[in-house]
Amino acid sequence: MSTHFLNDKVAVITGASRGIGKAIALRLAQAGAAVACVSRQASDAQGTAAEILDRGGKAKGYGADVRLKQEVDEISRAILGDFGQVDLLVNNAGVTRDGLTIRMSEEDWDIVVDTNLKGAFLWIRALSRHFLERRSGKIVNISSVAGLMGNPGQANYSSSKAGLIGLTKSIARELASRGITVNAVCPGFIETDMTKDLPEKARARLLEEIPLKRFGQAEEVAGLVAFLCGPEANYITGQLFVVDGGLLA
Amino acid sequence: MAEKKSIEERVKEMIVEQLGVNPEQVTPKAKFIEDLGADSLDTVELVMAFEEEFNVEVPDEEAEKLQTVGDVIRYIEEHVEEES
Repeated sequence: MSTHFLNDKVAVITGASRGIGKAIALRLAQAGAAVACVSRQASDAQGTAAEILDRGGKAKGYGADVRLKQEVDEISRAILGDFGQVDLLVNNAGVTRDGLTIRMSEEDWDIVVDTNLKGAFLWIRALSRHFLERRSGKIVNISSVAGLMGNPGQANYSSSKAGLIGLTKSIARELASRGITVNAVCPGFIETDMTKDLPEKARARLLEEIPLKRFGQAEEVAGLVAFLCGPEANYITGQLFVVDGGLLA
Repeated sequence: MAEKKSIEERVKEMIVEQLGVNPEQVTPKAKFIEDLGADSLDTVELVMAFEEEFNVEVPDEEAEKLQTVGDVIRYIEEHVEEES
């Protein structure tokens, strides 16, 4: 595969300011894509965009709250205006508000489900007409092993991530006749801000469970996402791919 | 100055472009799905295109009733705000 297999493609990545989203943005840019980095705060997204520009790539940062249809519609139009097209959409924006269900507030449920699941729906909705008109497009939704195995204290998060799998499969079927692919990637425990605050005890217990005996690196998820965005993945749709060091093996 | 195209002409042109059919197939009696080979996504895309082009709103329950080219032309003629 050529190293610049995403030349002339435009990618939108939500939650691109740090963690897995940032690694995906950098990886797709490295493969030649122009990248629209989206984050809650435009300034955070611009940080990732600046790194891409420094490395000679094309990128721009945007601020949007993915929970709000109006903001998603507005920013997707702005991106189409700036770049002229969108070929790839990576729904990565995600948050956690952990707590046992018996004590979980309605607000903590809503924030997590609206960001992680509804946000992906809103972005797909905003860009699918463009993809339909172009008869092409690739969508990758970042789910989680939590959506497959459940996790005590994460009823909201694992529900949202399981929901993304249903979303992926339904939309893959809806858009397949136009050559548009939709897949989900389920990372396990990856070294990011989201997992750095895990208590030492929990971390040690998890490492016991992970056959590869380490947490993953964001780049190890980004590589798979790049592949799914590339031409060698044209015949793959409606699937989910687990990157978890063997946790679910 | 070129004469303004009628609603019928504009609708027919949009259908030809969206579905990639011959203009002569697009008769008022032609059914989108049976006669013009449209699938469910085509019909949704067409309705959205008509809404945009003619600045009308087509509620889902109305959209379902628009089965022929003539149905669409009639609907738009009845609902469009005539530009002066």
